[in-house]
Parts: sequence; C-alpha cells; structure tokens
Amino acid sequence: MGTGTEIGRVRGLGASKSGVGHWWLQRVTAVANIALLLWFVISLVRMPGLDYASVVLWLRQPVAAIPMLLLIVSVFYHFRLGVQVFIEDYLHNEGTKLLALLALNFYALGGAAAAVFAVLKIALGA
Amino acid sequence: MASATRPRAPGPSRPLSPHLSIWRWRVNMTVSILHRATGNAMAFGAVVLFLWWLIAAATGPAAYATFYSVATGWFGILVGVGLTWVFFQHLMSGIRHLVMDTGAALEIHASQTFAALTIVGSVVLTALTWAAIYFTKGI
Repeated sequence: MGTGTEIGRVRGLGASKSGVGHWWLQRVTAVANIALLLWFVISLVRMPGLDYASVVLWLRQPVAAIPMLLLIVSVFYHFRLGVQVFIEDYLHNEGTKLLALLALNFYALGGAAAAVFAVLKIALGA
Repeated sequence: MASATRPRAPGPSRPLSPHLSIWRWRVNMTVSILHRATGNAMAFGAVVLFLWWLIAAATGPAAYATFYSVATGWFGILVGVGLTWVFFQHLMSGIRHLVMDTGAALEIHASQTFAALTIVGSVVLTALTWAAIYFTKGI
C-alpha cells in the first residue's frame, strides 16, 4: 500500500496517518470498560467494608485480581486515547501539543504500571 | 489537479463554520460537552484517587488508614458522590455514542431525547448506588 502517490498514502491511513486504529481502540476499550467498571462498582458496593483487611482479602482472590488488571489496562488505554483528542483539539501550538502528548503518555503508562504493580503485590504477596 | 502545497489552517480572513455561539442551545450540546468534561475529570481526578487507593492498599495498613480517613470524611464522601455521577454520566453518554456509531438515534428528536435520558439515567444510578452504600454500610 502506498508506493509514493498521494492516493496510495491516503488509502487506509488517512490524514491521521494511522487509519482507524485510534477510533476503533477507543470503542474496544469503551465496551470493555462498561463490563469491567460495572463489575468494579458492584464489587465495591457489595464488599463488607472498604477497610484495609476487606480490600486486601478481596484482591488476593484471582477472580478479583485478574479483572482488576484487565480494568487497569482498558481504563488507562481508553483515557489516553480520549485525552489525546482533547489535547489535539485545543492545543494548536505544535511545541505545546507535543509536550502535552508526551506528558499524557508518561502519565498513562506510569500510572498503569504503578496500578498493575500494586495489584500484583497484593495478589501475590504472602 | 490540486497544487502540491498542503492546505493551511484558516486565517482570520477565512470564514469559520458556525460554532457554539451561533446555534440555539440544545440538550445534546450540553451532553456532548459533559462527555468530554467528565472524561477528563476522571482521567485526572478519579484515576489519581484510584491510584492512591490501590497503592495505599499495597503499601500497608498505616498508608491505607490515611486514605480511608480522608475517603470516609465528609469531603471524601462529597467527592465520591460527585465522581459517581461523573462516571455514570460518561457511561450513559458513552453508550449513546456507541448506539449512534451504528447509525441509529441520529435524527433530531431521537438525538435530543436520548441526550436528555443520559442525564436522567446518571442521576438515578448515582442515587441508587449511594442508597445501596447508605443502607448496607451505614456511611
């Protein structure tokens, strides 16, 4: 695809140069978020309490830890995509936009890594 | 044939498409803005609190006690109720967007009706969630 002609480059990739990948992943993570976050909210409400012992005992179960890890990946990816569009719509200076997108990527990836580590530490800890 | 130069961003001399100040205000505009506002509020508000909660639980009882005392204080509950509504509004509005992605509910009347229903839905679900918390936890 795309051997140098204008139409070749446009085909399948478009002005964003990444095709429909962004749009589609926003929908995939949206659908995953509906299931995972409804599970999360219902789980929190149904727990005996939100004290330390209740939360740690809950997260030590694979049936809680595994959906939590999936939730972290899906939620952090979803907001990374959403905030990216927000930045692209309102920041018009190329330098500022670049720095904002860089900061967003570091925030999303760093936050996801910390959250995944926290869940694994609780789930796999003695 | 188009020239080789790329089109430039419109300058002040070029006409702009009608925007917020031109159209009569409709509920779907409010819901559209709320979708973006609630999404960003969660990305930078709820996500930080979620990280605090998880990292505190992974750190130990003392770190968790700090989180717990703030979360169950009056200000913590206020933020919790607010973020619950923010979450449900983004969820309802997001489901509306997924429906509209299929090409459905794009007509003026359907679009307005479903936009208004996202607000009704988010308020009702927030009330139900906190009623469940109140009656089962007594917070």
